[in-house]
Amino acid sequence: MKSVEITAKTVEEAIEQALVELNIAKEQADIEVIDEPQKGLFGLIGNKMAKVKVSELVDPVKIAKEFLFSICDNMGIKVEIESTVVDNYTHLSFTGDGLGILIGRRGETLDAMQYLTNLTVNRKIEDRVKFILDVEGYRKRREETLNKLAKRLSDKAKQSRTKVVLEPMNPHERRIIHTALQEEDGVNTYSEGDEPFRKVVISPENC
Amino acid sequence: MQELVELLAKALVDNPDAVQVTEIEGEKSIIVELRVASEDMGKVIGKQGRIARAIRTVTKAAAAKEGKRVAVEILQ
Repeated sequence: MKSVEITAKTVEEAIEQALVELNIAKEQADIEVIDEPQKGLFGLIGNKMAKVKVSELVDPVKIAKEFLFSICDNMGIKVEIESTVVDNYTHLSFTGDGLGILIGRRGETLDAMQYLTNLTVNRKIEDRVKFILDVEGYRKRREETLNKLAKRLSDKAKQSRTKVVLEPMNPHERRIIHTALQEEDGVNTYSEGDEPFRKVVISPENC
Repeated sequence: MQELVELLAKALVDNPDAVQVTEIEGEKSIIVELRVASEDMGKVIGKQGRIARAIRTVTKAAAAKEGKRVAVEILQ
């Protein structure tokens, strides 16, 4: 984040100078008055100048959107991006035509774009913002699929009394499986292997 | 592909001016060569090549749309 400290005769003057120096509009600035100007005795002795600190306000969502729009533009696809904040996460959801390409195999492309967006934005701002990207409700659908898969495979593990090893998944998807089976009696879950090939194992109890 | 890799790299590094991208286009495949300032190498590769992998994945998706294969190489 860029910021400057300016000393001038009046507060207004100092702010004006700071805005010119940062080359931003007043709406994009965070202004902090450090010293109010004070007239000294007879306006001669002990005059105190105004001092302000002006910082450029950066909007993380705006940076993220611009980044993503330019990627999509480059790929030749038109998208709309809507942002909503849930808990500590900023969800950016894409709508448009032919967006399957943005999801990729098992959400691979979507996860890559999400990772790059988080990196790009968070190197420019002080407070960390966590972005979650979604295309046409993909993540929600995938979560439902994984929940069903978890239930089905836990039944299989219980019936066959053998461990069931799932295919490699990313941390987020593994967590969905673990959470889905947390309350399930008769099975335990754990992960094994190294990233990016780490996978969930569903193991029947007393086995 | 060249513009896309350039865009991604420039967003990640500290010296965007030092980013150089060249493209060698074949019949079915494209090779994109990426050069960045030496102190920015880590920024485009990442821990265990995680960033490099993400750049390749996104580029691959863009290339697939045009029915091509792409290889992104990061050079010293």
